[in-house]
Amino acid sequence: MLKKLRNLGSEVSKKKGVYLFLVPGFLFFATFAVYPLLFSLRMSFLDWKVIQKSAFVGLQNYIRAFHDPIVGIAFRNTILYGIITVPGQMVLGLGAALLLNRRLRGRVVFRAIYYLPVVTSWVVVALIFKYIFNDQAGVINYLLKDVFHIIPHYIGWLIEPWTALFVVMALGIWKGIGWSMVIFLAGLQSIPHELYEAAGIDGASSLQQFRKITVPLLRSTLVFLLIMLGIGSFNVFISIYVITHGGPFNQTQVVLSWMYTQSFDYLHFGYGAALSWILFAVIFIASFLQYKYLHHKIQY
Amino acid sequence: MQQRKGIANGITVVLLLLGALIMLAPFLYMVSTAFKSHTYVLELPPQFIPREPTASNFVKVWKSENFRQYFLNSLLVTAGTTVLAVAISSMMAFAFARFEFPGKSFFFWTLMTALMIPGMLLIIPQFILAKQLHLLNSLWGLIPFYTSGNLAFNTFLLKGYFEGLPKELEDSAHIDGASLFTIYVRIFIPLAKAPLAVVTIFTSLMAWDEFVLALTFLNDPSKWTLPIAIALFQGEHMTEWGLVFAASTIAVVPVIGVFIAFQRYFIQGISTTGVK
Repeated sequence: MLKKLRNLGSEVSKKKGVYLFLVPGFLFFATFAVYPLLFSLRMSFLDWKVIQKSAFVGLQNYIRAFHDPIVGIAFRNTILYGIITVPGQMVLGLGAALLLNRRLRGRVVFRAIYYLPVVTSWVVVALIFKYIFNDQAGVINYLLKDVFHIIPHYIGWLIEPWTALFVVMALGIWKGIGWSMVIFLAGLQSIPHELYEAAGIDGASSLQQFRKITVPLLRSTLVFLLIMLGIGSFNVFISIYVITHGGPFNQTQVVLSWMYTQSFDYLHFGYGAALSWILFAVIFIASFLQYKYLHHKIQY
Repeated sequence: MQQRKGIANGITVVLLLLGALIMLAPFLYMVSTAFKSHTYVLELPPQFIPREPTASNFVKVWKSENFRQYFLNSLLVTAGTTVLAVAISSMMAFAFARFEFPGKSFFFWTLMTALMIPGMLLIIPQFILAKQLHLLNSLWGLIPFYTSGNLAFNTFLLKGYFEGLPKELEDSAHIDGASLFTIYVRIFIPLAKAPLAVVTIFTSLMAWDEFVLALTFLNDPSKWTLPIAIALFQGEHMTEWGLVFAASTIAVVPVIGVFIAFQRYFIQGISTTGVK
């Protein structure tokens, strides 16, 4: 044991120089990420007071979350956002990737255009959606009623909770298509071309080729996207903050917007910390289950 | 056969053009609105191409002292974060990629767990930490938080690249008696221009667009960065869409410029880190 330790010590001192390369990074990481993480766990058990001493309240913040009706609404909206936007981004991203995965003039230009919303700030695109869906003279209302005659009169998109959520989800899908597309393109390009040639010789139709070659071989890409987009969907915040601010009457709150409101508007920091840990637990369990049940089924 | 292929290609192009229209239209409409005077922004039927285009919104935005301040603030935070994050993470990546040392995998995986934790989970404790360290309401105070938020991704990406370089590189330098730091600066950094470009682009975009931390940390309007200034301005002046979108256009143009100039690096960055 002692010898082992001494060996370790000499090993470490021999590599002193290498550790110096890690010191600045880990100083930052420990101070500004790890410490806050642990600190927030502690906070979630306290009735945090900004100025006075904070009292230990055990699980009260967590129990409170289960009795808070807005938490229910926030989780419902967040999960719904995931259920709609994750498949939406994946289906449209895959569609775009399939269209772009062939020799085509202007391929790079199309790829760039589809990716543009991904690199643009959430604040700006949320404001654009807020403007085009506004109920007075929004261009969407105008197109739907006056040009295509699909709706009989203008819709107050951002006034009703469900239509407001629809706008936020449409934004989420629109902004995310490009990212899924790039990941799918990378996946598609890793499929050997000979497989399609062989299938073509055997007389398989494009649809058969898609179902029997493309989908099975894209499986790990699909699982990866499902997990990453799933985690991302639980993080929806800026679009809600900018477009609806959780209203009307908190009906469009998502978990993070409610956590933010509780913390920074009402100064219930302990409660906010508990809400973020509940969200983290949900994200962790959901990702783990997706990984467990989908990943082991991948076989070639 | 040839004809069928032609039809298929035709359908592909039509679909792609339709998609491109959906992707671009909101941006075009933003720019078009930015060129409309106040009376026309909520007019029916909406004008897709402004009848009387005016640059007055841009002039007004750019002339306002506040806006120039916000622009400079964003620039300062972005530059500071990018320099710090790229320097620190390339050092870590160098150590992780080229050396064996006790605790290596522990340190590496500790860092990597940060990739799984949603950034907003930390907003409350980070706010309190910033308060304790007197970093609230200061642009410099944002930089360490932005930096630590970028370390894991950057280190991961650069490590992969450094690992691929041949082992002889540092061996010969070692024989010449070069120090580790010399090897890192003189040999590895110059060889890693492409991946360094990738992390530089990603880090600076993240810092330029960051909203939540800046919203939470900066109270004093003279300290605001562009995203907060734009969002809060819209909140206060509900109908000043022309001004909002002129400011947004100015904020977005550098991003789109960087994106178009370095498109190759973007795609490379995503495909290498996205799917392993």
